[in-house]
Amino acid sequence: MNVLVVDDEKDMETLFQQRFRKEIRDNKIQFFFANSGEEALFYLEKHNHEAVLILSDINMPGISGLQLLQTIKKRYENPPPIVMMITAYGDDENYKQAMSLGADDFLTKPIDFSILREKLNAKING
Amino acid sequence: MALSMSGEAFVIFFLARAARRNFRQYSPDKSWDRALLYIMIGCGVLLSLEVTLPFGHKLVWLWHASMAVAVYCMLTMPRFQPLRTLVYAVLPFVILTTVEDIMEFAAPAFKKNTETYFGIVYTVAITWMVTLVIRSGKQNKALEKEREKAREEQQRARFMEAQKDELERIVVERTAEITQQKNELENALLELQAAQTQLIHSEKMASLGELTAGIAHEIQNPLNFVNNFSEVNNELLDEMESEIKSGNLEEAFDIAKSIRENGSKIIHHGRRADGIVKGMLQHSRASSGLKEPTDINSLADEYIRLSYHGLRAKDKSFNANIKTTFDEKIGKIMVIPQDIGRAFLNLFTNAFYAVADKKKDSGEDYHPTVEVTTMKKDDTVVIKVHDNGNGISERALDKIFQPFFTTKPTGQGTGLGLSLSYEIITQGHDGKIEVNTREGEFAEFIVTLSAVYNK
Repeated sequence: MNVLVVDDEKDMETLFQQRFRKEIRDNKIQFFFANSGEEALFYLEKHNHEAVLILSDINMPGISGLQLLQTIKKRYENPPPIVMMITAYGDDENYKQAMSLGADDFLTKPIDFSILREKLNAKING
Repeated sequence: MALSMSGEAFVIFFLARAARRNFRQYSPDKSWDRALLYIMIGCGVLLSLEVTLPFGHKLVWLWHASMAVAVYCMLTMPRFQPLRTLVYAVLPFVILTTVEDIMEFAAPAFKKNTETYFGIVYTVAITWMVTLVIRSGKQNKALEKEREKAREEQQRARFMEAQKDELERIVVERTAEITQQKNELENALLELQAAQTQLIHSEKMASLGELTAGIAHEIQNPLNFVNNFSEVNNELLDEMESEIKSGNLEEAFDIAKSIRENGSKIIHHGRRADGIVKGMLQHSRASSGLKEPTDINSLADEYIRLSYHGLRAKDKSFNANIKTTFDEKIGKIMVIPQDIGRAFLNLFTNAFYAVADKKKDSGEDYHPTVEVTTMKKDDTVVIKVHDNGNGISERALDKIFQPFFTTKPTGQGTGLGLSLSYEIITQGHDGKIEVNTREGEFAEFIVTLSAVYNK
């Protein structure tokens, strides 16, 4: 499964690669990274035929995670990619907004990687 | 005889009258007034007796005696000093009549022969008398004028004195008033200075409040990395041990490499958090007032993030594009980092506020953007803060650097941000701050600092 991680923190890439090194090694998950919403949309345009799960930060300079979510859900209807939102601001407002825009899940930072792993495994198996 | 009789009567009367008038006019001493009046009345009575009584002509000796007493008194008594001219005027006449009478009594024959000469001498004496009396009158008039003048002078002097006193009184009064006002103003100034210090402190605390959320967010990210990479390293160490046990040394070395990489990431993010906390402490602390070598680029980068996340935490819907273009040639220039940081923070916060404000009334096509550009230009460093917000109106443009001027709704801005930034840059660092703006389109603040390097 291809997973696109969108976060303005560049070290997220290293962190995900280390945290999911077993899954990567076993070819269960392939990770792609984008440092901004714009980059993410560019990636999706190039790879829209691939089944993708998107993990996006909300708070980023430029296009915010919520705007990205809205655009993705509008643009890619068949099949709609799975979008999970990750944010440091785990307030109700953010949560409601993300859900109303069609987010499939909502995680708060710091990311609990064991929970995330379970969720990703569930998607792969399901 | 008749001449001498009535003549001396008139002379005495005239002298007494003149004396009385003189005393009345110039002397407060009234002691002679009554006596002189009696003398005048006495003259009248005696004269009428002399004319009516058959032995009247015998009184001629009484006249001579009175005349002699009068002349003696007037020449010797100091009181009569002003009348001396008159005495000199009448004296020849008085002596002549006396001599004539004595001669008539002692040698009537001789008298008869010299009648003509007596007539001539009389004429001279009377002419003398008249001339002197007229002169004395003139002199008196001149004297009178002089006295009048002196009196006026005195009056004027008295008036001036009174005026001077009045002026002095007014001066004392005014001085007291002014002193009081000065004291009041000094007190007011002290109060204002205290208020200003308090306000600057409040402004600092308010901006710290704005920063707190940004700081929390900024610290959270590096801390997450520190925690995560530490956990990963622990896992990797377990893996490495098992790889070593199973003899896969190459694998073990690969893992060790990863561990080392993660270690440096931990250090990097730890330092990042450390820097943010230090920055926060620096911001809340009173300015050291000391210039130190400062990396303007990282200062700008740090504060634009803090400002952004601060606003982001307050307003959940807020978002903006941040563009930074840093000139790496700048290096570390000598500035007071806390102060410049505060000035930057104010400029960034205003820029974000402006784009957030415009975003409220704009559609999807509007992309709020704040741009920071640094540039080394000759001996200066230029920092441009550009936002595509609503700009500044012509009306507000003159006032933006004035203390307490704010376009924010009441209670949202202290109105001190830009005025403090202005002070920090112009007075604290001898720099310049300029504004370019087009209403509805953009605002751009250009800070120019001299590029002074530590030797």
